[in-house]
Amino acid sequence: MMLLPCPYCGPRDVTEFTYGGDDGTVRPGDPQAVSDARWVSYVYIRDNPRGPHDELWQHSAGCRRWIRVRRDTLTHQVLSSAPAAQPVQP
Amino acid sequence: MSAQRHRLADGGLIDRSRPYSFTFNSRALHGYAGDTLASALLANGVSVVGRSFKYHRRRGVFGAGSEEPNALVQLETGARTEPNMRATQVELYDRLTAASQNCWPSVEFDVNALTDVFSRFLPAGFYYKTFMWPRSWWMRYEQYIRDAGGMGISPRTPDPDHYAHRHAHCDVLVAGGGPAGLSAALAAARAGARVILATEDFAWGGSLLAERAAIDSRPALEWVRDTVAELAAHPDVTLLLRSSVFGYFDHNLIAIAQAVHPHSAHAPRQRLWKVRARQAVLATGAIERPLVFADNDLPGVMLASAARAYLNRYAVKPGERAAVFTNNDSAYATALDLHRAGVAVSAVMDPRAQVTGELPARARAAGIEVLAAHAVVRATGGRRVTGVQVAAMENGAIRGQPRELACDLLCVSGGWSPAVHLFSQSKGRLRYDERIAAFVPDVSVQAERSAGAARGSFALADCLAEGAQAGSAAAEAAGLRRAAVSVPGTTRISEAPLLPLWDIESGATRTAKRFVDLQNDVTARDIALAAREGYYSVEHLKRYTALGMGTDQGKTSNINGLAILAALIDAQIPEVGTTTFRPPYTPVTLGAIAGSEVGAHFDPVRETPMHEWHAQAGARFMNAGLWRRPMFYARPGESDLDATSREALAVRRGVGIVDVSTLGKIDVQGRDAALFLERVYVNRWRNLAMGKVRYGLMLREDGMIFDDGTTTRLGEQHFFMTTSTATAERAMSTLEYWLQVHWPELDVRLTSVTDQWAAVALAGPESRAVLSALTSADVSNAALPYMGYCEASVRGIPARIFRISFSGELAYEINVPADYGLALWDALLEAGRPCGITPYGTEAMTVLRIEKGHFTGMEMDGRTTPGDVGLGGLVAADKDCIGKRSLDRPALRAPVRRQLVGLVPNDRSTIIPRGAQLVTDPQRALPNPIIGHVTSTCHSPSLGHPIALALLERGRERYGETLFAMSPLTNSAVGVEATHHVFYDPKGERLRV
Repeated sequence: MMLLPCPYCGPRDVTEFTYGGDDGTVRPGDPQAVSDARWVSYVYIRDNPRGPHDELWQHSAGCRRWIRVRRDTLTHQVLSSAPAAQPVQP
Repeated sequence: MSAQRHRLADGGLIDRSRPYSFTFNSRALHGYAGDTLASALLANGVSVVGRSFKYHRRRGVFGAGSEEPNALVQLETGARTEPNMRATQVELYDRLTAASQNCWPSVEFDVNALTDVFSRFLPAGFYYKTFMWPRSWWMRYEQYIRDAGGMGISPRTPDPDHYAHRHAHCDVLVAGGGPAGLSAALAAARAGARVILATEDFAWGGSLLAERAAIDSRPALEWVRDTVAELAAHPDVTLLLRSSVFGYFDHNLIAIAQAVHPHSAHAPRQRLWKVRARQAVLATGAIERPLVFADNDLPGVMLASAARAYLNRYAVKPGERAAVFTNNDSAYATALDLHRAGVAVSAVMDPRAQVTGELPARARAAGIEVLAAHAVVRATGGRRVTGVQVAAMENGAIRGQPRELACDLLCVSGGWSPAVHLFSQSKGRLRYDERIAAFVPDVSVQAERSAGAARGSFALADCLAEGAQAGSAAAEAAGLRRAAVSVPGTTRISEAPLLPLWDIESGATRTAKRFVDLQNDVTARDIALAAREGYYSVEHLKRYTALGMGTDQGKTSNINGLAILAALIDAQIPEVGTTTFRPPYTPVTLGAIAGSEVGAHFDPVRETPMHEWHAQAGARFMNAGLWRRPMFYARPGESDLDATSREALAVRRGVGIVDVSTLGKIDVQGRDAALFLERVYVNRWRNLAMGKVRYGLMLREDGMIFDDGTTTRLGEQHFFMTTSTATAERAMSTLEYWLQVHWPELDVRLTSVTDQWAAVALAGPESRAVLSALTSADVSNAALPYMGYCEASVRGIPARIFRISFSGELAYEINVPADYGLALWDALLEAGRPCGITPYGTEAMTVLRIEKGHFTGMEMDGRTTPGDVGLGGLVAADKDCIGKRSLDRPALRAPVRRQLVGLVPNDRSTIIPRGAQLVTDPQRALPNPIIGHVTSTCHSPSLGHPIALALLERGRERYGETLFAMSPLTNSAVGVEATHHVFYDPKGERLRV
């Protein structure tokens, strides 16, 4: 059972968190302007890396904040964590 | 006290002043405090303890700890019975009752022992090969196979005891209470660390309990006593006896199963510890390996270390005339202790050509015969060993004719394997150490370090030194000061290297049973057969032969098994590798894993503020997530359907109330609140007037409907959103996701207020009359029209009144602060009594919504778009929202999509089966093309016949067509007619009056 470092609360048991999928999926600023392929890639296509992986977690039984965690999928080592806010898309 | 004829007159760590009586297989026997069940059985001369798993051979006590493969017993009877308990770990108590397993009618005469006679017809994989035909009979065979081969019996009645979980944190967790573990705990404690020290034993000392060692020129157990006393005096040290560290999980979460003793009426029977340790020290010791020769499973054959433990710790003579068979020096200590205790030692057989170590020299000096370059090829005897066949060895092979040597105890030692189980569970990598012919920890992955025998350092001096170093280093790594390490003095005994010896086979014993895995009855021949049949991988070998399975998980058999496999396939042992070590290290009872989360505490229960009223009114409840919701309030003599229909009709004809407090409620505030709603709902929100309610539809980014509900504008920057009961938590998380991850620039605050508001829907033509009687506010159609909102005092309670309707009738949804929920409910019932107000449950609510064609989770199954349910027009064209772009994808615009329709049975009387599949021709050969499915079905009391909602390909083009609703579950095909999905008041006139 992993220990995730919440940037707001400190290290907490993974049971306090809800997994929220891959981080870094960039929502097109104007969805109507992009091709079906680009949109499908955004909605569905994900990498499945062996090694470091950026993922989203919500501290759902804690501060309710969404956080970004870089975690090694092979060793479960947590490499970093940060608030999840993405830069504003044009 | 009756005869404990194998008990020594004095010595040992038992308490002769506390005699206990116990029964084994209905025989009354006696032992002492400090005994294990195994030591007490041996003291009483019980040599046959159980029958083996497959061949039902007689088996005796083989080990002295958790490695025991043979002496598994059924402990106690009735509800407290526990199967597969290792007699070597069961701490004796007064009036203990135990019985042998896997034998019928008795352990002495077991009918199934015939399998041993026919064993040459029962090779490895026998069941897989034989009982394959006819295939349908496997289920019948399996019953008998499972009964014949097997373990103990689980209790058939609920467990009367309770169990607890404990979460704990520490700087340093030390697993193991032997010299290395104690030494490590002491060093860490002296450095100021919070320490948890756990041992599976009921006494401290580990291997020292069984030996006659000295530390600092005193008996070692005095050092143990002083060390434990110092540890106990540290306020931050937790000492756990009877506590098996059984699992090492991610990020240093370590699980311990603690047996609570003595049995107290109020204490839990066991406690499961989940410890998050900054650092761990694994001082779990080593497990002695058996040697593999013919009939090595006879009662009286025992690990040399176990014989030593019975002698020194329990003051039990495990035999009167012993022979020792060893490939290393350690078993000579057993020979010496046996000799000292007055047990005649026939000889020590040692395959090494030169036997040069210090212990063998002492044995020779004591007059014990040492047969170098000799091996035991067979143990002989019936009910227990009566002798051994000994043969000379040359270049690792048996040479010449064996000769017989009399003995009633054969102590064996094939070397020692470090207990690397926890290390391996922590994902650490192992290395094969030729020096000791065993795997040792190599590369750590988690914050742990091994010390002493667990890392292959068997000498007491090394255990003490490595333990102290590890404890000190662990404390420092956990952030504490570096403390000076002091190591007590011991005398080092020089040892000669061992000679690996895996399978001892002479021509005469080629076909005899040479057991590798005693618990699973796996022999060297079984491994050879598996290898011949292509099972080269140890993981395959394990599954094919059961080698290393069972309650002991191959603690004594793994290394021997894979070494034999390596020799067969001409590979090196490290190439063959080990099977995966998985938790638990020792069996953990399910009660401990469940803890207190059983029965009513299995899951939290959410109850609305009106719950007590519902219960007293005789509601039948259903689970909706964690919520309990009334389904209906049946009157005496009423069927479920009668009650549902009565409640639904009351709403259509008069007035009803339903508790809708479980709906998700989210308070949305901020400068960008309206903009936020525009982005998450498909429809427009900026133009919603103050004090107005609007229906909203939310999609997932893939275009499928996520949830729907009403949202009310309470102020310029203040909205009140409702979600489905089932979706409430997910909706809140999803909205937080969009705000926090994608739109952090929006000024919006979300607050879940589901539990803060009690909610009641007051529905039916008479609802206005009831509400008017309770409030001075104007609730007329003019002042509070459909989809209007007002705040008012209802019988003195501050309330929010929403003019919305799920039933399709004139209705008001009234929200009050949760603590007023019951008062509001009572007030409505009282005011409605003249009109016959009827409380209704979720079943009537479902009937009313199906009549109105409202979709819910049954229809929003993650595959439906707004267009599928006829709400394509709701999607605003001139703005973006979550999921809107996906609706343009060709598949989501395809004309063959399943669309929401109504169904009416052709005969106007047959209930349309739930979950039925829709076809055009019920007679057609399979696979019959399916063109839709029934999502919701009920009997409509208002219409007087059954109806259903369905999702049907091109549904809106098929109104009037006849289809068949086929249900393999009820084996029925109901002829139905497709209709528009709104059955009742299609123009919605009744809600606007």
